[in-house]
Amino acid sequence: MTEYQTINSRAPRIDAPDKASGRAQFIDDLNLPGQLYGAMLQSPLAHAKILKIDTTRAKALPGVKAVVTAKEAGHVKYGVSPARYDETLFCVDKVRYVGDEIAAVAAVDLETAVAAASLIDVEYEELPIILSIEEAIRDGAPLIHDEYPGNVCAEVHQEFGNVEAALAECDIVRTDTFSSQMQDCAFIEPQGCMADYGLRGYLTLYSSTQVPHYTQRTLAMVFKMAPSMIRVIKPYVGGGFGAKASANAMEMAACLLSMKTGKPVKMNFTREQVFLHSRSRHKFIHTMTTGAKKDGTIVALKHHATLEGGAYSSFGIATIYYAGSLLGGPYKLQHMKYDAQRIYTNKPACGAQRGHGGVIARAAWEQQLDIIAEELGMNPVELRLKNMMSDYDKSCNELYMSSFGMKECLESVRDQSGWEKKKGKLPKGKGIGMACGFFVSGAGFPIYRSDTFHCTATLKLAEDGWTAHLYTASAEIGQGSDTTFAMIAAEALGVPLSSIKVSSGDTDFGIDLGAYSSRQTLMTGFAVKHAAEDAKRQVLQVLADELRISLDTMDVKDGIIVFNGPGINFASVRDRFRKEHRGWIRLPRGNQLFFAEAVRFAFLTKGTIIGQGHYRPRFLGGTYKGAAVGTSPAYGCSAQVVELSVDMETGQITIDKMTDAHDCGFAINKTSVEGQMQGSLSMGLGEALFEEVKFDAKGRIMNPNFAEYKIPTALDMPNVTPIIVESNEPYGPYGAKEVGEGAIMPTIPAILNALYDATGIRFTELPLTPERVYKAIKAQQKEQKGD
Amino acid sequence: MKKLINITINDKKLELAVEPNMTLVDMIREELKMPGTKKGCGIGECGSCTVLLDGKPVCSCITLAVEAENKEVVTIEGVETENGLHPIQKAFVEKGAIQCGFCTPGMVLSAKALLDNDPRPDEHTIRKAISGNLCRCTGYQKIVEAIQSVALEK
Repeated sequence: MTEYQTINSRAPRIDAPDKASGRAQFIDDLNLPGQLYGAMLQSPLAHAKILKIDTTRAKALPGVKAVVTAKEAGHVKYGVSPARYDETLFCVDKVRYVGDEIAAVAAVDLETAVAAASLIDVEYEELPIILSIEEAIRDGAPLIHDEYPGNVCAEVHQEFGNVEAALAECDIVRTDTFSSQMQDCAFIEPQGCMADYGLRGYLTLYSSTQVPHYTQRTLAMVFKMAPSMIRVIKPYVGGGFGAKASANAMEMAACLLSMKTGKPVKMNFTREQVFLHSRSRHKFIHTMTTGAKKDGTIVALKHHATLEGGAYSSFGIATIYYAGSLLGGPYKLQHMKYDAQRIYTNKPACGAQRGHGGVIARAAWEQQLDIIAEELGMNPVELRLKNMMSDYDKSCNELYMSSFGMKECLESVRDQSGWEKKKGKLPKGKGIGMACGFFVSGAGFPIYRSDTFHCTATLKLAEDGWTAHLYTASAEIGQGSDTTFAMIAAEALGVPLSSIKVSSGDTDFGIDLGAYSSRQTLMTGFAVKHAAEDAKRQVLQVLADELRISLDTMDVKDGIIVFNGPGINFASVRDRFRKEHRGWIRLPRGNQLFFAEAVRFAFLTKGTIIGQGHYRPRFLGGTYKGAAVGTSPAYGCSAQVVELSVDMETGQITIDKMTDAHDCGFAINKTSVEGQMQGSLSMGLGEALFEEVKFDAKGRIMNPNFAEYKIPTALDMPNVTPIIVESNEPYGPYGAKEVGEGAIMPTIPAILNALYDATGIRFTELPLTPERVYKAIKAQQKEQKGD
Repeated sequence: MKKLINITINDKKLELAVEPNMTLVDMIREELKMPGTKKGCGIGECGSCTVLLDGKPVCSCITLAVEAENKEVVTIEGVETENGLHPIQKAFVEKGAIQCGFCTPGMVLSAKALLDNDPRPDEHTIRKAISGNLCRCTGYQKIVEAIQSVALEK
């Protein structure tokens, strides 16, 4: 086994001291001289024609510097997927949800900006509101977008194998329907930004974004500028989870206002605006027909899904594909048919949220597999083990598992949770359940069609030789990517972690598609490793030339040059270094040559040493329509066991214990891997038990705050036993792949299966609120009395 | 009309003129230019803006600046000791209790308020003490472990 100096450890995060002490700068902590404050006017109506916008009163308010509407912004359509650009910066002819952006104001202070926004007079003609899938697809329903008949935003029809024929051969065929509600990413830091249009015509946007690169491209498209005229800089970001993974109207409004006024413009969402902007989890309705053989072999899945998408596409085109394609694994399924529609309604646009598209489908199917196991008289673990994919397996929709420690995950949660002793043996009101899941390690293709590298990395060795500075446009959003890349750079260069500085999240540092689809550890990590190896090779080449030895007889470890052979005379290199540092203390001495001496020597010989790395996945995916969504260079996988208690009198669920195993390929930082697992489970717990964005009859959000939209507190979340499984991914740097999103996959179904174990009731609708559970328990009691 | 208040922030005595409707968080962030105290919701639900007011954790976004008159306020900027990070901050760093870090200042202050009064709390007491501080990243476990580790050292 390779011995590593830095990676595969529990090194404290490099950003943690600044974050612990309050020094770390987040977007709202940034202030620029002369800055103005921006505010937006958002629609109070869910669906209406705009007859007239009059900004006279707003402009007349003292302190107002600019008011912009669609007239100033232009009508360029943008969105996430080029296949569905259906948004404009400001509404042109109508509003499509409560919160749709109509205008923005820049003023000398926030109070004035907010007051001015309320002085913009808009004349509306109200249109019928569509607030459900049923209303949207009804014959003759009003259209939210004229271009999309039937309010169908997107439609998918895929078949792999022959599902009908396969189902006919099955011993058991079950159909179940499962549904969820719209949810919210609920990061703690609201989105914010600062736009600064400089006198030379360059635009800088500071933003709490997950994707500086895509934001730069969207701004360039909307404002008809060259992308390199725009710089997007991401300070520390207080969580994203998907909703910050695309450019938003506030960012664009701030840019436009800065261009109009020539001043920096600062804008922030309130918590309510975070909910209005949404781009979080869709509402899903899944109907699944699964066929299996008597021996437990899962043969075929016929899957129908309807997604409620809100007023715009956002990530929805990818979401609808993921909701189907991510059922291709982790079981050896030969036949799969997927038909789905994403429907527009007059609600905030849904987008990507941790576990993009796959979470509710996974919940529905893993619960159904448990039902099938019970009908077959099989232990659910046994059923899963029987059908499990392993290394080098390819799914029916052509997803290739280059490493897949699924079996190890499942067996370890079974053994460490005491499953065998507990399953079916717990008293009424207590239950244990399990489920599995898997997820991509980065998308195989960029969101826009391009042959671009998905990331570049640059490692500049300091001219004095003692430190190295990594530049990457990747996005540290809390997941720990800066630390991961510092560790990879330290390992690959052969120096201590403390010698690595990281600057990230800036489009001037190169290309990086950003923090989404669990891509950065594998993809950016790959580029960083190559950049460090490139820098090291350049230094060692100069050293090899000087010492007249071969390059491959040297390496670097712990900041020391390791010569593969005795008696290398490096006096000329050391003399050069010492001569420059007369009078200094602690100069290198002894019989070991420091890497810093070699770096200094290389600089004196050929100038600043800069290592470069880049990454683009090999060609992935099949030839069928939609094959691009779901393909990934590698797949992470996970299994979970949940133990819970149900108060049979009130329906209140308490999650007592969670055991989670995740195959992350190779843990660059074990503490960070566990942190991603525990955080994923926490989000999954919240979504399972209480999270739901609620709307009134006029399409207004009833709970746009943390008092009414409940996310787990420290009292809701139990301790998790995290088990790291390492399958050594051949396509990942040092064998690493994802953990950030895949870990959430089994949580909801494991809770559902445990709830059944506790109550004998199968729930087909989320969230599992006390009210819903109570009613089901009462109905069950009534039925039992009736018998 | 502005009101003149006397207030001690991180051991420093100040005399400040504030609007009667100014919140404590805005005074700290905007007037005193100390950005370590975070604003996550503005209505006292997330706990990111937690500061200590006479040793008790409060949400500074729903506390008026004038309510702090003649009181001692401790913000995250006042937690470090002359030897660097406070043991609670060190534990947060070492135990992996920090991810995005946005809730961290508030968490640290809630933890400090707890440990200042109860040096050896059990796990449930710790969880209760930070239950007003929302964290979406960590699942709380490593935060609880960090606080526990400081409690055990005492």
